[in-house]
Amino acid sequence: MTFKIAIASGKGGTGKTTVSVNLYKCLSEKLNDNVQLIDCDAEEPNDFLFFKNAKIKQKEVIQQLVPKIDLQKCTFCEKCSEYCMFNAIPIIPSAKYANVNTSLCHSCGACSVACQFDAISEYPVEIGVMRSYLLPEGDGLIEGKLKIGSPMQTMVIKETKKYVSDNSQIVLFDAPPGTSCPVVETITECDYVILVTEPTPFGLHDMKLMVELLNELEKPFGIIVNKAGLGDNETHQYIEKEGFELLGEIPFMKSYASDYANGNLFKNIPPEIEKTYNNITKKIVSKMNLK
Amino acid sequence: MKTLITSNDQTLSSTMDKRLGRAHWFCIYDEELKESTFQINPNIDSMGGAGTKTAELIIELGVKKVISGHFGPKAKEMLEKFDIQMIEVDDDNITIEELISRLNQHSN
Repeated sequence: MTFKIAIASGKGGTGKTTVSVNLYKCLSEKLNDNVQLIDCDAEEPNDFLFFKNAKIKQKEVIQQLVPKIDLQKCTFCEKCSEYCMFNAIPIIPSAKYANVNTSLCHSCGACSVACQFDAISEYPVEIGVMRSYLLPEGDGLIEGKLKIGSPMQTMVIKETKKYVSDNSQIVLFDAPPGTSCPVVETITECDYVILVTEPTPFGLHDMKLMVELLNELEKPFGIIVNKAGLGDNETHQYIEKEGFELLGEIPFMKSYASDYANGNLFKNIPPEIEKTYNNITKKIVSKMNLK
Repeated sequence: MKTLITSNDQTLSSTMDKRLGRAHWFCIYDEELKESTFQINPNIDSMGGAGTKTAELIIELGVKKVISGHFGPKAKEMLEKFDIQMIEVDDDNITIEELISRLNQHSN
């Protein structure tokens, strides 16, 4: 059985990627490379940057099907427009105007069902690319990258997930920031969620939104406080008061941050930080064994 | 000629709503008859595409001029296609009455 873990945060920039790639490395060592990493931050996937020897294994274009209206057959009855809950089909009968707004279309296919006059056909539109990489350690990395200008981030994540192999013991999903559809899509099939936060008022505010979402989705979770030592105590007080599990704290260190910025995340890992990751790794493995 | 103004409420003393697709009310002013009517925006709670839906409504109403705070790209594209003039007014407190009187001054 594969244990699926999402690494998420409400606020952006709390350290999801840092935690994801480090846990990938630690877990790969511990589990004989039986780990996959999936970069679901489709607007700007960057996990691959930290693996200097990453080799592209596979690249596939991700498409969505969007409808096209044949104006010769269309009677401007507006039934397709009524079926479309995303308002992607503007129809103006008086002007004999019917069109599809591809940036609003979610490819649900309802308009094709609605049309009684065979006026709607579907054609593929590129919305992103899936890339899989072979890495020196672990089972490799898969990323979904949204095409610039496309708003279909959720669909890119959904399609990217189809390339995940079932053979790994652990699959890590590096989620996009926020609490909206792309995050829900990333988390929805996961067994466990790691919430990465920072001890600042913004980090706390957005973590609370995330906690609400995870309760709604009935997902068990643990928290990692990154950049510990910055900000204030309120995040710790909140975690303690609510009785949430604190998986670990990563102290804020300028040298570590600057190594990250230079893409040298795995070079000169300070001993305290290494210890934290090793502890978190142990906790995750024991959670996996409990499943 | 008819002009549509996005409005926060249904009276002439209401302030202009700066949103198009998510405006509360639409005031439709007829410059020839000097008559104004208000109608509620049916698209205010739509999940997405409220601007496009509103542009559809504007075109169906036969309006030639629209006054609002901002026009999004999708609504803009449709309104341009049907040659409807868009006027952006960046003022939080301006009333429908004031906008109508400016329109009248302009046409005189």
